[in-house]
Amino acid sequence: MQDAAEIAEGIREGRRNALARMISWAENADPRFPAALASIYPRVGGSWRIGVTGPPGAGKSTLTNALAVELRRREKTVGILAIDPTSPFSGGALLGDRIRMEDRTSDPGVFIRSMASRGSHGGLARAAVDACDAMDAFGFDAVVVETVGVGQAEYDVVGAADTVVVVLCPGAGDGIQAMKAGILEVADVLVVNKADVDGADRLMLDLSEAVHTRSIRREGREAEWEVPVIAATATKGEGVEKLLEHVEAHRRFLEGGDLSEMRRRKRVQQVRRVVDERLDEELWGPRGYAERADSGLRKSATPYDVAEEILAAILGNGMETQ
Amino acid sequence: MVERKIRVLVGKPGLDGHDRGAKTVATVLRDHGMEVIYTGLHQTPDQIAEAAAQEDVDVVGLSILSGAHMSLFPRVREELEKRGMGHVLLTGGGIIPTDDMAELEAQGFAKLFGPGTPTDDIAAWIKSTMEARWENEEVQT
Ligand SMILES: Nc1nc2c(ncn2[C@@H]2O[C@H](COP(=O)(O)OP(=O)(O)OP(=O)(O)O)[C@@H](O)[C@H]2O)c(=O)[nH]1
Ligand SMILES: [Mg+2]
Repeated sequence: MQDAAEIAEGIREGRRNALARMISWAENADPRFPAALASIYPRVGGSWRIGVTGPPGAGKSTLTNALAVELRRREKTVGILAIDPTSPFSGGALLGDRIRMEDRTSDPGVFIRSMASRGSHGGLARAAVDACDAMDAFGFDAVVVETVGVGQAEYDVVGAADTVVVVLCPGAGDGIQAMKAGILEVADVLVVNKADVDGADRLMLDLSEAVHTRSIRREGREAEWEVPVIAATATKGEGVEKLLEHVEAHRRFLEGGDLSEMRRRKRVQQVRRVVDERLDEELWGPRGYAERADSGLRKSATPYDVAEEILAAILGNGMETQ
Repeated sequence: MVERKIRVLVGKPGLDGHDRGAKTVATVLRDHGMEVIYTGLHQTPDQIAEAAAQEDVDVVGLSILSGAHMSLFPRVREELEKRGMGHVLLTGGGIIPTDDMAELEAQGFAKLFGPGTPTDDIAAWIKSTMEARWENEEVQT
């Protein structure tokens, strides 16, 4: 059985199986994770974190792979976290992103990890950020997180990154749908992938227009980042160099502002997730509030009555604000 | 602590080019609640072991049609051990003669399943083996 000190030591020494184990601890909310993180925490912050999201099948994994190739060409190392959905029926998951990246497996400058989204809402983003912290401390120049852009939990994952790349492609929903889904709001860089396919030009136009309208609306405010829209053919590696240039430009933009302030704001979210998760476990488990709710409802009170009663019990129980 | 999931890497080493069998196995294991990392075709023992290490899997399952199993399993085992992954449960299926299956199992390389084994049986075996192991770990600590 390994302990936290051993794993932290392994990470400092660059042992990949220590990193792999620490990510497993993050996934399982293992009680050894916090101590391991504490002892490598001074090393966290050196990686540039890139979130890649977009609709299913847009080419996120292929693009992430191409990005890794380009980063390696520039002699940068990269850690990749690829997230796929857990089946709500079986609780299992088929994690297939790695197929598109398999050629990178034997490269010592690349580390690829697959993660299932699992059940709980906040749990995914918490685990993903934890995993990125571990990869960051390991010393990768870049950490890329891929997740399907389908819901709030997934947006929370990419939202924790420094630069968010949204990948769209012709066919898989047009620009309008993307806007409705709020997918443009999270983007720092927009990529129209599958530029070799019909309809890519149209999508480029739609998106450029949408982004332009947005930046006009923002005019007059402090320095704003103008979201670039770029075309790519990930399967051929085309447009990837340009993508990386825009990511670099975004990095310079943030570094010109208050990067540490932005990162700390995102860290506050992580604190919230940890607190929420622990409270959820504690209250509905050992503290017995599930049973209490059940017996409240037996007395034919409404869910709100029962909730009020429970909240009063919790908040009156040493949890009021100072 | 979150409920622990069995993580399995399913690979298809060798040069023969179709992976329907491996995909079916991957899907069935998923339906049995496991987290299955599917790595596609044409892996070398080195790549399989490296992916298994990065993914920190509990189980590696290989689908083999090429007849190279007698050298392949020992090589994967060796590559896993090199990476501190000696604890991984190695298993596989495909077209493997019964004598070979017995020999590989006797040498402690892997538990193999012959053609026609219902995939549900493989899933059940993985589950019970892993559960027994985890129980054991808990007793020890
Ligand atoms: N024509 C064309 N096909 C592409 C391109 N990029 C990716 N594809 C194909 O699109 C399909 C999906 O690619 P992935 O990279 O797996 O897409 P993804 O967004 O990661 O998919 P999920 O993770 O399943 O949501 C594959 O068949 C790719 O080969 C491209 O630039 N042009
Ligand atoms: Mg993918």
